[in-house]
Parts: sequence; structure tokens; C-alpha cells
Amino acid sequence: MAISIKSKKRRASRAPAPARPGEHRPAGVRPPVIELRDLTQVYPGGHVGLDHVSLSINRGEFAFVVGPTGCGKSTLIKLLIREVQPAGGSVLIAGRDIVRMPSKKVPLLRRRIGTVFQDFKLLPNRSVYDNVAYALQVTGGTRAEIRRKVPETLRLVGLQAKIHNYPDELSGGEQQRVSIARAFVNHPPLLLADEPTGNLDPETSIGIMQLLYRINRTGTTVLVVTHDRDMVDKMRRRVIALDAGRLVRDEHGGGYHDESTREFAARMRTEMGVLPPAETE
Amino acid sequence: MRRLLFFIREALRALRRNAAPSVAAIVTIVVTTLLLGVLVPVLHASASKTSDVRSQIELRTYLYDDASKGEITALQKKLKGLPHVTGVQYIGKAKALRILRGRVKGDLQKSISQLKDNPLPRSFNISIDDPNNLGAIHQEIEPPGPSGKPQPISSIISGVNDSSQEASKIRSVTDAIKIVLVLIAALLLIASLMLVGNTIRLSIYARRREVEVMRLVGATNWFIRWPFVFEGLIVGLLGAGIAIGILWVGKVTIVDPLSNNFNLVANLQTMGFAPLVAILAGAAMAVSALGSGVTLRRFLRV
Repeated sequence: MAISIKSKKRRASRAPAPARPGEHRPAGVRPPVIELRDLTQVYPGGHVGLDHVSLSINRGEFAFVVGPTGCGKSTLIKLLIREVQPAGGSVLIAGRDIVRMPSKKVPLLRRRIGTVFQDFKLLPNRSVYDNVAYALQVTGGTRAEIRRKVPETLRLVGLQAKIHNYPDELSGGEQQRVSIARAFVNHPPLLLADEPTGNLDPETSIGIMQLLYRINRTGTTVLVVTHDRDMVDKMRRRVIALDAGRLVRDEHGGGYHDESTREFAARMRTEMGVLPPAETE
Repeated sequence: MRRLLFFIREALRALRRNAAPSVAAIVTIVVTTLLLGVLVPVLHASASKTSDVRSQIELRTYLYDDASKGEITALQKKLKGLPHVTGVQYIGKAKALRILRGRVKGDLQKSISQLKDNPLPRSFNISIDDPNNLGAIHQEIEPPGPSGKPQPISSIISGVNDSSQEASKIRSVTDAIKIVLVLIAALLLIASLMLVGNTIRLSIYARRREVEVMRLVGATNWFIRWPFVFEGLIVGLLGAGIAIGILWVGKVTIVDPLSNNFNLVANLQTMGFAPLVAILAGAAMAVSALGSGVTLRRFLRV
């Protein structure tokens, strides 16, 4: 069952999405999904969150933001969904400056960006199904749409069996999967993940990364913030390193761009020295 | 319509899943509504009682027994022509006795019937438009003469009795009672509003994380707020319903039997139960719904 869904997803992604834009983007195509210009954030008390950071992330990229605690990683995520406003510079999402966006439009922005939080941020008095459905109800999704999309997305993250459980009945990894399902159920063009594996063990972390990779392969741009350098190095994707609010490294990890989800997981397990789980996909 | 149902379902879900704060909110609404339900009729009654006393303020002009019919009619016409006089009622000796009989009870009634002839004088009851004009009209009927002694406008007037002293006493007492009652009512109202506000704030504060998550998922402020407003409406409705039930039981078991036994209670013009219920239910629901909606503002800043 899971495989059929997966292959359908992959086919769907292959058809409309243009070939993954590599380092150079052809002139005249859509603007980058994320573009930061001279972004600066200073906290009350003078602590510098971000210091003149400029970078851009293109459609379909899978990028990591790494750095030690307090280097401004989480601030970056908060700026991207306008949970906070920067002290200076601008944030462009798909070419639109969200810093100067009227606050009435902020909910609309957030619906176009799926966000996965380190602490999951699930609604505690709603079942798994209702948590995921909420993201659709917010956009005024019809009942039929919800009934179709929610189970589909929960199958994608592998939680079809726990559909009626409540968040406090799930393990950390499962809660994170619900959080990912909620972020992805709208099929947003951009998915942000703030320390998605921060509280999870290595095997569960690989599962989550595999899931994010699978989502990336449907054409969604994925930006993951993490302090897990080990994991990032093994992923061989673009890595943006921040230190004390400054951009210190921006590497485009070579190769492996077209490996399948399964190949990806297998490689990750070998490289991280984790045995594959008994029930394979 | 689909949205409305969704919001109501959300409100009911929140009430079910946060039973303890919901019950606390309902209880505060019940207490507040009960207080109001007792105070409002009392205030209303005290106000109407005063107006009762005021309308009874009148001038009584007593006549000598030897006045002729013609003189009496002439005087009545004269009195009717005075400014601020709304009515002049002639009370003959027989009628005066009848009125007296109606007022006294027991032994006194017996002694009245033992009277050989009627000692009561004839009189005019002059009713006036405003108690404040009482003094002026008294002066008109009995202007002070050169010696300082009052000189009535007609020689058949034996005396004028105005109830101004009595009236002002009653007025000052009822005014004081009214002020005290209004003060108590106001204090209770403020206290209960703060209590309700605080309860609502607590229950929302407990769910501020939930509100934050909704915001981060892209819910508009009103999408988050409506379920809270409906929740407030439902809490207000339940609270007011319980309070009104208690009030009704109290009315049937305590006030109604009392008013059958005591003239005092029956004479009080209490307001009808139906408008009281409407006011209370409306106020409870409005306060609780507005309270929820407004308190949420703090957590909705983007």
C-alpha cells in the first residue's frame, strides 16, 4: 500500500516539476523560493541573532541550516514565517517581501509554508486525524477534501494505524510524523523544519529524514534547521552554516541528487551505523 | 453555514475537553446572574415604591361645617384654576367617615360605629403635578396676611394640611435606600464582571499554546476567535439557564407564598419574570462571549 502511494507521488512530481534547478538558475524563470537580503536580527539586550545574512534557496532544493545553539538558526525559521520581524534587511518568499507584508496576509503566507517544529506543536485535545485536518480547515477545505487528503497524508508518513489516537498517546517520532503530515497536507511549495530530529534517537531520525526527503522529491523545497552535523554531513545536501549570526559556510553537497528514497535510507543507515528495522518498507 | 457549524462543533469540543475551566466559568456566571436576578427586581421595586409615595402627595383643605353648597362649589372652581393643580376631589362628611372606617381595624372600628354624629370635616383633596410645587400651592391657597398669620383665599377654609414634611422625610429615606441599593448593586456587578473576566482569562491562558499553534498553521484571527466566542455564548447560556432555574424555584417556593400572606410584598411592584429572564440571559451571554473574544486579543498578536 505504502509503496503504491509513494510511486504515485513520485510520478506526480516528475511530470510537472522542471528538472531540479542546480546551482545556476536560467534567466526568466521563477524567483528563488527563499531569498534573504542583508537580514539582521537583534534581540532586546543587544544579542545579535542574525548579522547581515544574504542567501537564496531555489525551487526543489533540500537545504540544511546548521550551527551551534544560539547561532540564529531558529530565528531564521521564525523570520521565514514572520513569527518575528527582523531589525533590518528583507525576506523574500517566492519573490514577495514578507517583512513589509500587511499582517492581515500573514495567515495566507503561513498556509503556503509547511512548518515542522522541534516540539511538534500539535493540538493536544485533537486526535491525529483532527490535527492534520485542522491545517485544511484553516484554509476552508471542504469535508470531502479533508476526508480524502488526511488519510492519504497520514499513510505517506506511515501513521495510518494511529489515526484516532491523541498526541499524548504517541511516541516522539510518531508525533513528529503527525507534525510533518500537518505541514505537508496542503502540499505547500516550501517546507521548513526546525530541529525535526532534535528529540529523537538515530533510527527514528533517519526515518524522519527519509520522510522529508520523500517530500522533497515531490518537488517541495525543504529547509531543515538542525545542530546534528553528523547527520547533515552524511546527507550530502546543501549546507548553510551559521555562527554567531553570521553566514560562515554555504556548501552544495555533491552528487546523490537522484537517489530514490529507499537508496537514500539505506545509505544513511550504513553511514550512520544504524541497523535497518525489522519491517522494511 | 458550514463554517458556523464548524465553529460550534469546535466550541463544544473545547468545552468537553476542558471540563474543569468550563465548569468554573459556568459557576461564576451562575453566581453573577443569581446576584443580578435578586438585585434587579429589588432595585426596580424600590424605585416604583417611591413613585407610589410621590403620587400620594397632596394638599388637603379642610372646610368649616357651616359652609354653604354655593360657597363650596365656588371654592372648588377656584382651586381647580390654580396652576400645577391636576385635580380637586370633594370629600363630604359621610365619605370622610367611610374612608376612616376603611383604614382602621378592630376596636377602633367599633368605637367609630358608636359615634352619634360625624365629627369629621368636609375637605378638598388637591392633587398636584409635582411634589416640588407643594409649597407654592400651599402659599396660593393660604397666603400669609399682614400680621404673619395665614389668610385663606376663602372664608370657609378652616385649615390647609400639606404633607410636605412627611413627603420630604419619605423622600429622603427612600432616596437614601435607593442610593445604598444602587451602590451595592454596582459593587456586586463590578466584582462579578471581574470574576467572570478573570475566569475566562484563565481558561484562555491555559490554552494559549493551542492558539499559538493555530496561528502558526495559518489560521486567521477570526478563525481562531469564533470558536471561543461560541464557547462563551454556550457557557453564558448554560450559566444563565441554571441561575434562572434557581431564581424560578426561589420565586415559587419563597416569594410567592410570602406575597400571599403579606400585603407588603404584594404591594411592591416587582418586575415580571419574563423580562427579567430575558435581561439576565442576554447579559450573561453577552458578557461571556465578549469576554472570551476580547481576552483572546492578547494572544492573537501576530
